[in-house]
Amino acid sequence: MPPPILDVHDVTVAYHRKPVLWDVDLTVTKPSLVGIVGPNGAGKSTLIKAILGLVPLVSGSVHVFGQPVSQERRRIGYVPQRESVDWDFPVNVLDVVLMGTYGRLGWFRRPGAREKAWAHECLAEVGMADLARQQIGQLSGGQQQRTFLARALAQQADLYFMDEPFAGVDAATERAIATLLRQLRRDGKTLFVVHHDLRTVPSYFDHVILLNVRLVASGPTPLVFTEDNLRKTYGGRLAILETMGQALSQEERTA
Amino acid sequence: MIIGMMFGLEYNEALVLYGASLLGAAAGVIGCFAVLRGRALTGDALAHAALPGLCVAFLWYGALSMPALLAGAAVSGVLGIGVITALRRWTRIKEDAAIAIVLSVFTGAGVVLLSVIQNQRASGQAGLQGFIFGSTASMNFQDVMLITGLALVALMVVTAAFKEFKLVSFDAAFARAQGWPAFAIDFTLMLLIVVAIVIGLPAAGVLLMAALLVVPGAAARFWTDRLHVMLILAGLFGAAAGLTGAGVTITIAIPTGPVIILAAATIFVISMLFAPRRGLIARQREDRQLRQRLTLPNVVTGES
Repeated sequence: MPPPILDVHDVTVAYHRKPVLWDVDLTVTKPSLVGIVGPNGAGKSTLIKAILGLVPLVSGSVHVFGQPVSQERRRIGYVPQRESVDWDFPVNVLDVVLMGTYGRLGWFRRPGAREKAWAHECLAEVGMADLARQQIGQLSGGQQQRTFLARALAQQADLYFMDEPFAGVDAATERAIATLLRQLRRDGKTLFVVHHDLRTVPSYFDHVILLNVRLVASGPTPLVFTEDNLRKTYGGRLAILETMGQALSQEERTA
Repeated sequence: MIIGMMFGLEYNEALVLYGASLLGAAAGVIGCFAVLRGRALTGDALAHAALPGLCVAFLWYGALSMPALLAGAAVSGVLGIGVITALRRWTRIKEDAAIAIVLSVFTGAGVVLLSVIQNQRASGQAGLQGFIFGSTASMNFQDVMLITGLALVALMVVTAAFKEFKLVSFDAAFARAQGWPAFAIDFTLMLLIVVAIVIGLPAAGVLLMAALLVVPGAAARFWTDRLHVMLILAGLFGAAAGLTGAGVTITIAIPTGPVIILAAATIFVISMLFAPRRGLIARQREDRQLRQRLTLPNVVTGES
């Protein structure tokens, strides 16, 4: 049996001695499109960062493909939150996408014609073929998000971590990203996506992780994405749950 | 060298001109990263904090030795940055206040030390005075070689690791996720900033060095949206400022630092006003055109 794609064991993370992730145990064995869902401050981004080794673990361990993450960086793609960078930085769209190839290039080697052709392909994949020479400060929010996705595609990874790729994008971009994620999933990739919009969870993801500092539930969407589990995740926030209930029943009617 | 001598300059003067341009180029190129990472003030604090180190190095060594002085400057400059970091981390003081405290306290300590040295009437203390506003007059062949050598090494490191510096400056989290030692790369970049500042101190002075680091990069940003073009332009602007400063002070007896900074400021103002697209005049024209286009339909249809 092959090792699990992702194995998170007893992970605890704290900022200023306050735990933001508490004893999270998580295993994903087969290629999936995974939604990470929970209220604000639930530690969704922190979970991704902990897996990638970007924040120190108080305890626990993370393995991908049976190896420590540091051994498998080449197979991992990352889409950080859009607000995490300065969009006035003097680079154009192609420069940013080319950064996805840097890991393979290694120290001091510059991207050449082959990398540029590949970056253009990745841009075409997200519908930005004609914006390669655009300065990144002139992009709309949706275009910025697509640029980050193209950069992750350029990494040619098997496992992707995406921090709110749907945040603040227009409807067209939302559809384009959803289609792209499904396509990657069909190609046998595994994707972990931090997601905010509960209404779209059942239609986007085949696996859901419900998180609120502790892991509430993790498993196939139809089994895990239930009203009961959502109540446990979101606590007493009834307004959210009511809209949720309506969304769920609507989902059932249309399904 | 040969060109300089053709203009009737002495060998030493020509040498100083080349040194000052190369120094300006290194400061301009490396300064781009300081500007982009929001470390302009940190650079200023570092330059000011170098003064007590210069004085201590002079007292220790007993004479004006460029390597000793630069080492002393680097140590106390880095110490100043360390104090800022410590204040921010372990107290409730915010970064700007921490920088202001360190900058003025270190400068004050430096001036006190300088007065002590002056009262001792030690030989070479006049040369030490030059470090406040900068002076290329007392530089000898070895000094210039040391400074230009370090400037060349710094420029070579930026050229070699351009891709890595670009990645870490733009998106450090992505760099780390990709397996780059982002902290070490960032540390190297900070080290280069220290080198650029320290080698600039003799010519530009502790009070004004940060401007030579920051102004060429800030001016270059107006002309381009590509990092490599920005670095090249900032290098040229810095070189022009350094050359002007050293050149003017060969003929007129004024400190080098202020002339360098005024030359850089001139380039900055020209860039800010006249650069295409990002310059103020181009932006205003664009705004006006946009407004005209927006009001045009009303004119045609006669509606208001």
